[in-house]
Amino acid sequence: MALRASDLRIGDSHEEVVVHNLSRTQIVQYAGASGDYNPVHTDEVFATKVAGYPTVFAHGMLTMGLSGKMLTNWVGDGRLTKYGVRFVSQVWPGDTLTSRATIQEIREENGERLVDLEITTENQDGRAVVQGSATARIDA
Amino acid sequence: MAKRNFPVEASHIMMFARSVGDENPIYHDAEYAGGTEVGAIIAPPTFAQASAQFEPDYPLRPRVGRPWFGSAKEPTGVTRSGGGGGGGGGGGGLHAEQHFEYHRQLRPGDRLTVESRAGRSWEKQGRRAGKLKFGETITEYRDQDGELVITARSVGVRTERVVDQE
Repeated sequence: MALRASDLRIGDSHEEVVVHNLSRTQIVQYAGASGDYNPVHTDEVFATKVAGYPTVFAHGMLTMGLSGKMLTNWVGDGRLTKYGVRFVSQVWPGDTLTSRATIQEIREENGERLVDLEITTENQDGRAVVQGSATARIDA
Repeated sequence: MAKRNFPVEASHIMMFARSVGDENPIYHDAEYAGGTEVGAIIAPPTFAQASAQFEPDYPLRPRVGRPWFGSAKEPTGVTRSGGGGGGGGGGGGLHAEQHFEYHRQLRPGDRLTVESRAGRSWEKQGRRAGKLKFGETITEYRDQDGELVITARSVGVRTERVVDQE
């Protein structure tokens, strides 16, 4: 299931829709599992009347987790050595997110073959919500 | 921040994987996992963040006998001191960046010790939220043998006002 260096080229990419029409309930589900109950994510009254947002919005880490699914689906389980993102725009209920990984480099380090990936997740309007990078171990 | 314990449990991994919409059996089916390259259930790549569950004084979890800043009868349960609602309305600011370095995969049964320290801090003038104050936190997750399993770097930002919506 792992990627093979001999099959990969710089610029190759993989993309997946990682959530369709994000529900408020999934945001609640993430709050419960992660333990981050910041009411800006789940409490419409607080988010609008106190914090001043148009509605609740997803945890950045939910978007990172959703994007991680695309990544592990591509590079295989247990293959990531690094994964990092910047949260560049908020994600709202109803958003549909597409995550894409693109190969930047295929290299060898301490006898291991690695692939460096650039990651972007965009909403239905084509606006980036997270941008980042990852490194994974690959086979020869 | 004091060291805290983070026991990694199979049902917690299953619930976390569900919450990020990931139905990969590697996160919940021991029989399936046993037949794969990794050989056992592992945790999804961002699971370490759920160590918040085991932080005794985690400010973003309601606690018995303490005021909670979310809504109940009133829109908020605390009296707020001035300023805009930026940065999550007193909830510790917004999350700007998160980076993980994996030394190995987390597995059910791991008994981790988590230790965080402050990293760099800096300021920037933002386009959509006024003045931005950034601060970095480095967190190390070590296993029962003292081996480093995950190194995390988190960047938080406090905004002068709510982020403009374009």
